[in-house]
This record gives sequence, C-alpha cells and structure tokens, in this order.
Amino acid sequence: MEDMSNYPLELTGPDVPMVRFMNVTKSYGALVVLDKLDLDVAPGEMVTIIGPSGSGKTTVLRMLMTLEPINGGVIYVDGQPLTHMPRGGRLVPADARHLRKVRASIGMCFQQFNLFPHMTALQNCMEGPVQVLGLSRAEARARSEELLELVGMIDKKDQHPSRLSGGQQQRVAIARALAMRPKVMLFDEVTSALDPEVIGEVTAVIRKLVAEHNLTMLMVTHQMGFARDISDRICFFFGGRIEEQGPPDVLFGSPRRDRTRQFLSAVKEAI
Amino acid sequence: MSFHWRWDFTFEIMPRLLWATLNTLMAAGLGYAIAMVLGLGLALAQRSRFRLLTLAVRELVEFIRSTPLVLQIFFVFYVGPQFGIRLSPWVSGMAAIGLHYSAYLSEVYRGGLASVPRGQWEACIALNMTARQTYLRVILPQALPPALAGMGNYLVGILKDTPMLSVIGVAELMQTANAIGSESYRYLEPYTLVGVIFLAISLPVAGLVRLFEIRVRRKLGMR
Repeated sequence: MEDMSNYPLELTGPDVPMVRFMNVTKSYGALVVLDKLDLDVAPGEMVTIIGPSGSGKTTVLRMLMTLEPINGGVIYVDGQPLTHMPRGGRLVPADARHLRKVRASIGMCFQQFNLFPHMTALQNCMEGPVQVLGLSRAEARARSEELLELVGMIDKKDQHPSRLSGGQQQRVAIARALAMRPKVMLFDEVTSALDPEVIGEVTAVIRKLVAEHNLTMLMVTHQMGFARDISDRICFFFGGRIEEQGPPDVLFGSPRRDRTRQFLSAVKEAI
Repeated sequence: MSFHWRWDFTFEIMPRLLWATLNTLMAAGLGYAIAMVLGLGLALAQRSRFRLLTLAVRELVEFIRSTPLVLQIFFVFYVGPQFGIRLSPWVSGMAAIGLHYSAYLSEVYRGGLASVPRGQWEACIALNMTARQTYLRVILPQALPPALAGMGNYLVGILKDTPMLSVIGVAELMQTANAIGSESYRYLEPYTLVGVIFLAISLPVAGLVRLFEIRVRRKLGMR
C-alpha cells in the first residue's frame, strides 16, 4: 500500500492549479500505462496532449473524468482531492458520494460523441441540468438553447442524433457538456471519428470557447495545426510519461528531444 | 370410430369455456406482470458490484430455466405447506409461473442491457448522473426496445403455458375443458374449442407486440 501521508488533504495557496496529477500511476495488470505522472493545469489554461497511440494520452482524460480508477497517486481538482477524500487526517480512496461532488466541476466530450439516441439535441442538453443540477425545465431549456446557439445547432434542436452528421452530433455533445457549467472541459479526440470536411466545424467551436470563455481545457488530438493554434501548452507523451512539454511554438518549432522530433516528423509525413 | 361434431353441444359449453378464458387471460396477464418486474430485478442484480449477489442470481436463473415449469408449480403448491407456506392454487400458480418466466425475461433484459454501448454509461458519468438516473433515463430506454421482440415471444409463451396451472386446480381453460369432458364423455368439442380460443388470442397478441415494437422504436428515434 502506498503511503498517503505525503499527499496534502487539499491544495492551498495563491497558485492552486485547476487540475493536479500527483504521482499518478495507471496499469492494466502488468502493463504500466502511466508511470508516476505529475501534471498541473492552471485555471483557464488550455493544455493539449499529443503522442503516439498507446502512450497513455486518452487515459489521462479518462482518469480525470473518473471513468478509470487510478492505481497510485492522487488527482486534485480545484484544490480538492478527486480520487481520494480526507478522513481522519489522511487521504483514503473516494466513495461514490465524494466522486459525485468533485466530478461536478468536470465535463467531457468523447471521440464517439455518446449522445443519448432516444433524446433530441435539446433534450440531450437539458437532461443533465434538469436531472442532476435540479434546474427547472424553463431554466434548463434557456441555458441549453443558448449553448446550442453557441455551437450553431439551434436549428436542429428537435432532431434526434441519428438524423445529424458526425460534426453536428459532436457540436451538440459540446453544448451538452457545457450545460453542466464545468470548470474543466476534456476533449478526447473529438475530431477523430469525423469525416475530414466536417472537422473544421467542430474545431471552430472549440476555438470560440478558447477565445471567449475562461474554461480550463485538456485536449487529446491528432490535429497538430489546431493544437498549435489554440493551446497554451503542449504535452508530448511517450511510454506513459511526459517526454517533453512547452508552449506550442517551442515544442513544434524547436523540440529538444529526439522522440518528439521523430513523432512530429512522422505526423507531418502522414499529412 | 366416427367423426361427429355436435354443434348444439358446442354452443352449450361455449359460455363456460369463454368464462374460463377470462381466468386464462388473468393468469397470463398477472403472471407476466410479475415476471416483468421480477425479471428486471434479476437482470439488474446480475450487473451489481457485489460479486456474491451476481453469482447467486446467475445460478438461480440457470436453475429455474433448467427445471420444468410443472415441477415448480407442484413444488410451490404441495411442498410449500410442509414448510408452513400454505398458498391457494391461484397464488401458488402465479408465484410459480411468474418466477419461471422472470428467469426467461431476465435473460431478454440482460441481452438488451448488454446491447447499450459502453459510451452511453460513460456519458452518464460525465454528466454526473446517479446510478438510478443512469438506468431510468438513459440505459433502460435504450435496452428495452431491442428486448421487446423477445419479451413478446414470452408473452405468447406464458399464455400457452397457463394450462399447466390446471394440475393444481386453477379453473382456467384447460381445467374447464377437462371437467366438461369428464362430465359428458365428449372431448372433441371442448378441446377443439380450447385450441381455437388459444389461437384466437395468440395471433393478435403477437401482432400487437410487433406493432408496439415498431411504435416504440419510432418514438425513441430509432429505426
């Protein structure tokens, strides 16, 4: 068992990160996917994770969304431990109630959209605010319509997902996640399942979010140009660790590590 | 041996059989209602985090499905009293047939639940929904439409199995036909009528289930 006394019960001080991975380890049996990861994301920061497949990029987001349990370390969100909770002066694994409380500040968009197929676009957006946040239907509708407007899907609000294109579904999914008013938004390869001609409509929405909203965002993507344009920081993952990180111009312009250079040139060739 | 159908006798016994048909319908309806609710419980229990519960329910379902219904009916009615559980034929019959079909329906539900993609569960976590909200609002509405066809089959199935309740004296169609036969020594008409009545119920039920299935799918935006 890990000695939990090295981990603070909460993060305090002037520069509390919105997200902190502290010594986080994830393994599937003998396969170590993430090895003692330390990663901070500041409030309002946009961090993009790149790297070859199997490097643990998506796992980072999935652990933060509590879709996957972690095997070691602690994740903090907005100063509070997410994966653990304080009890008797030390951290113990979080129970369902604690997870629900802290998870409320995190929203996520998925590669496969995962819209609810039996609900219209508007109903998809209203579901969380009504059921989980307890908003009145009128409030939830106003909020949802505003967000569908933001993502340019207000005209299709009464359509079921099966009648929408991939790009349209993903835009609704972004509105649905935003309707929960998260502090942190996670974008997990949100353009990977899209036809090339509709990728732009989804990236445009994310650009708008970055420009107009003070959200903290963590993104995994293969769209290098897009990542370079909008990120404050790029993290290059390799073999379950951060091989190199820095501002986009530095990481894409003059990478220091061989593996980063190899990866970037391989990606460039693919395009 | 000669085949002679007596229409006057047919009309004479018709009211009694139609009356008994009501009991048959009630037995099938009640039994099915029990099976639908209990079956859902058995299906959900098999997805529980508690391994022991999951295993126990799995074994129970297999056990019920692997033994004859008529034996289960006898057990509840005749063996129950030895343990101090004294139930009327109707109650025993409903308990046995409801339990029996709940095992089958739980498998239908289980298939439906398994057909809901993992991403739907993950979306519910991302929206911070409770387990209850996840099931009621998202998972079950998607799991039930694909299960409807299988559920319809068992609705017809339970109807056709209600004659087994005659072995403990529930006054449904079969039991009434038997009674008519032993009073009059004529079996051709009562049994034929029983067959015709079953056919006259089963066929429309199967058709209605099919229609219902199409409507539900359309309503939920699925094709």
